[in-house]
Amino acid sequence: MAKVTIDGITIEVADGTTILQAARMIGPDVAPPTMCYYSKLKTSGGYCRTCLVEVSKGSEKDPRPMPKLVASCRTGVMDGMEVKNTSSEKVRDARAGVVEFLLLNHPLDCPVCDQAGECHLQDLSYEHGNYKTRTEFERRTFDKIDIGNKIQLHMTRCILCYRCVKTAEQITDGRVHGVINRGDHAEISTYVEQAIDNDFSGNVIDVCPVGALTDKTFRFKSRVWFTKPMYAHRNCDKCSGKVSLWYKGDDVLRVTGRKDQWGEVEEFICNTCRFDKKSTSDWVIEGPAPINRHSVISANKYAKLVKPKEFTLNDIKAITD
Amino acid sequence: MGRKLLLENDHIEGIHSYEVYRKNGGYKSVEKALKSMTPEAVVEEVKKSGLRGRGGAGFPTGMKWSFLAKPEGVPRYLVCNADESEPGTFKDRYLMERIPHLLVEGMITSSYALGANTGYIYVRGEYFYIIKILEQAISEAYTNGWLGKNILGTGYNLDLYVQCGAGAYICGEETALLESLEGKRGNPRIKPPFPAVKGLWECPTVVNNVETIAAVVPIVNDGGDAYAAIGIGKSTGTKLISASGHIKKPGVYEIELGVSVEEFIYADEYCGGILNDKKLKAVVAGGSSVPILPADLILKTASGEKRLMTYESLADGGFATGTMLGSGGFIVMDESTSIVKNLHTFARFYHHESCGQCSPCREGTGWMEKILHKILDGHGTLADVDLLWDIQRKIEGNTICPLGDAAAWPVASAIRHFKSEFEAYVTNRKSIPDVKYYFHCNNLDAAAAYSSL
Amino acid sequence: MSDSNKITFSPESEALIKNLVKRYPEGKHKSALLPALHIAQAEFNGWLSAPVMDKVAELLNLQPIEVYEVASFYSMYNLKPVGKCLIEVCRTSSCWLRGAEDVVKHIEKRLGIKDGETTTDGKFTLKTVECLGSCGTAPMLQIGQTFYENLTLEKVDKILEEWKDAGKHSSYLDEHTFRNI
Ligand SMILES: Cc1cc2nc3c(=O)[nH]c(=O)nc-3n(C[C@H](O)[C@H](O)[C@H](O)COP(=O)(O)O)c2cc1C
Ligand code: SF4
Ligand code: FES
Ligand code: FES
Repeated sequence: MAKVTIDGITIEVADGTTILQAARMIGPDVAPPTMCYYSKLKTSGGYCRTCLVEVSKGSEKDPRPMPKLVASCRTGVMDGMEVKNTSSEKVRDARAGVVEFLLLNHPLDCPVCDQAGECHLQDLSYEHGNYKTRTEFERRTFDKIDIGNKIQLHMTRCILCYRCVKTAEQITDGRVHGVINRGDHAEISTYVEQAIDNDFSGNVIDVCPVGALTDKTFRFKSRVWFTKPMYAHRNCDKCSGKVSLWYKGDDVLRVTGRKDQWGEVEEFICNTCRFDKKSTSDWVIEGPAPINRHSVISANKYAKLVKPKEFTLNDIKAITD
Repeated sequence: MGRKLLLENDHIEGIHSYEVYRKNGGYKSVEKALKSMTPEAVVEEVKKSGLRGRGGAGFPTGMKWSFLAKPEGVPRYLVCNADESEPGTFKDRYLMERIPHLLVEGMITSSYALGANTGYIYVRGEYFYIIKILEQAISEAYTNGWLGKNILGTGYNLDLYVQCGAGAYICGEETALLESLEGKRGNPRIKPPFPAVKGLWECPTVVNNVETIAAVVPIVNDGGDAYAAIGIGKSTGTKLISASGHIKKPGVYEIELGVSVEEFIYADEYCGGILNDKKLKAVVAGGSSVPILPADLILKTASGEKRLMTYESLADGGFATGTMLGSGGFIVMDESTSIVKNLHTFARFYHHESCGQCSPCREGTGWMEKILHKILDGHGTLADVDLLWDIQRKIEGNTICPLGDAAAWPVASAIRHFKSEFEAYVTNRKSIPDVKYYFHCNNLDAAAAYSSL
Repeated sequence: MSDSNKITFSPESEALIKNLVKRYPEGKHKSALLPALHIAQAEFNGWLSAPVMDKVAELLNLQPIEVYEVASFYSMYNLKPVGKCLIEVCRTSSCWLRGAEDVVKHIEKRLGIKDGETTTDGKFTLKTVECLGSCGTAPMLQIGQTFYENLTLEKVDKILEEWKDAGKHSSYLDEHTFRNI
């Protein structure tokens, strides 16, 4: 066991636990944001750098602080370690930098993006970014491509978290898509136009933190905050059959895996459940899916909305200056 | 004249061939190590020598070797890093081209010390003609019984192979190199685990630079103490310096660590002074990644002491007023050089070479290049210079591998030491003539326009 | 999958690739991918088409995507056709300090093409590249496995003349590059 203190809160965790896992055990206020780590995928994490934290004390044995910020998702705890997340100015500064880098070439096309409302990049920018864009250069763009008739890849939005590649590698066989080119030309691609033809391929949609991989059967059907998620299950011979159904009125618009409080699916589901079972009669309904109180998905479920204060020109100036 | 340990025989006709190399004392270290020393004793000599990694980081080689994990029944590997792609660095190429057997010999002696039975030399793809030379040398070594089974009848086996790269600076980073050697994209691995525990194909691996491995030969031949007697303090032995830019005699020089920078630049034995006797403006002392220093700070430290070619002296003053020995890529710039334009070539380089895994480096390197381009085009503003500073600051220390730092440092140091030049660019670029750079040292007049900056 | 069945390597190249696999432990044949792609590029007109890459995948028992991922990462693999003579001019600091820009401009003018382009007769492609480890003999350019160093404009002219009637594509390697094991 190892005792680790994060932002002043101490917790005892099993050896081999990462700083991120320990922080998540303490709770969402302490847990660093993540864009590439995914607890259900092996060797994920380390790429996006949003989860950087400061280790102000290495361990009881070797109390020296670590010289650089470390990726909490890839760094194991040591007994007596002291970690600063949001309590560190350095971390806040670096994280704002990471958000800026991730947004540098992002199209910011949220108004037409199906992911809006459940996009981790939106949340991240809102919580940790700056209001102002400092880049004036043309953003990188790619053509949209279909990976089969159910999944669309909109590479322009991709933040290269590698989650979909690891999903394809770890839960399907015969990976056909991957990362091609390098540097800021790198892109997720099949290189030669090719469908991902596999029973579990749809999970790449669920793991994508942004709107780069979306469900074509749900395309432009509704903003997610107008839909209502319900837990449901069915007897499936390929997967657990435990899903979230997203309703608008009486229609099931989309089926996804069930997501935990970190926005990660609890279990991967098969393509039959995801794409082909879209009537209530296919499912046994369990009840409303729990939704984070802060999520926009819950927005229209509160009857008494407080009207936001009028936005004046001065407010805008204060933001953009 | 300084002592030479690696390039002592580089002038001898035919030294690239086995016969001549052997006649001049080649492969003695293998005989000595395999026949009269235990592997541990070889490691001990290397520790005593104080040899530090010549690939750039300067990590003590003996210590690195002693970290190598030795689990029962798992093969260990020695991998030679001959990816040499750091701008300004060409010493490994020179050594491999001239005296390929020195590297082969170093690989055998070092592999024996590490208990490795297979070694790879990873050579950057652009050096294909060198690969041919090394393959030839390795064939000769096999034919003469220095490689293969039961070497010198001692029961020690070693197979040595050359592996080619295919154009990627990042494959010089040791874990990217291992990925590449496994036939993958050259994406650096996230550490830990370190290669000493999980390296090539998840087996314990040591990665060393060409020059480091070559230096093991004289260390074993003459003893670690003799090696440590050369140099100053923790900078022991000799170092190959690749000298380029505006100097009279560019080339590879083997120096005893401790020669003064001034002597290195101006003495006839080394660079022979600045081309056309112009004034020195700046030096990048250890390859493109290390901070650039203006003439006064490269010749003398901030406290007024003579700057020496050692790890410590070059680093004196930290990044505020110092730099690093790095890989020994010594790039000299005369008074006519535009620091901003030179920086643009570096920024373009790092942008081109970023592997793209982590966001600060992937996005930040391109952004910096674009801003520099804009400044050079005459559309920059003072705010752009501040923005550049802020971007490099947000890349540095926040990336998976040190390429991010390497991209940030040249930008930081150029702004730190030559801010007025950036300001001149953004305030009156239009009045700065487009300088014609040297073409074989002819075009000096137009170039002089810059000296007023 | 593309038409990889239309692609056949020469028996020598195929044998060489099989031989290269012996350099690695059992099951680690993927390591032969980089040299195999170089061999493929040398054999098929200096570039790697999708069918050629698929063929390499087949020979090394890999998924095609593994090959595309690697081929597109490294700058020496050309994923588009190139001219008979691929001229690679270094543009980084040390070469720039000694006139690389003039070399590039001169070649552009002589051949009537820009960086990255191929002459209409398919003879030359010009590509600027990053430091090739020839900084002490700058400026420099590389064609195939040959380094042309300490360039002057006259030297550049001679090189262009020398390559203008090249019969084969310039290549990084030849039949003696790798030793057989
Ligand atoms: C971006 C990057 C590029 C590098 N390039 C090289 C290189 O070309 N040659 C080299 O020997 N080391 C290079 N290194 C250093 C290696 O990672 C490693 O430290 C070195 O090979 C270890 O050998 P040494 O201890 O003998 O120096 C590079 C490091 C980084 C981060
Ligand atoms: S710092 Fe750059 S080169 Fe290194 S892993 Fe990150 S993106 Fe790749
Ligand atoms: S979540 Fe840790 S680096 Fe991306
Ligand atoms: S800078 Fe051109 S070869 Fe190094």
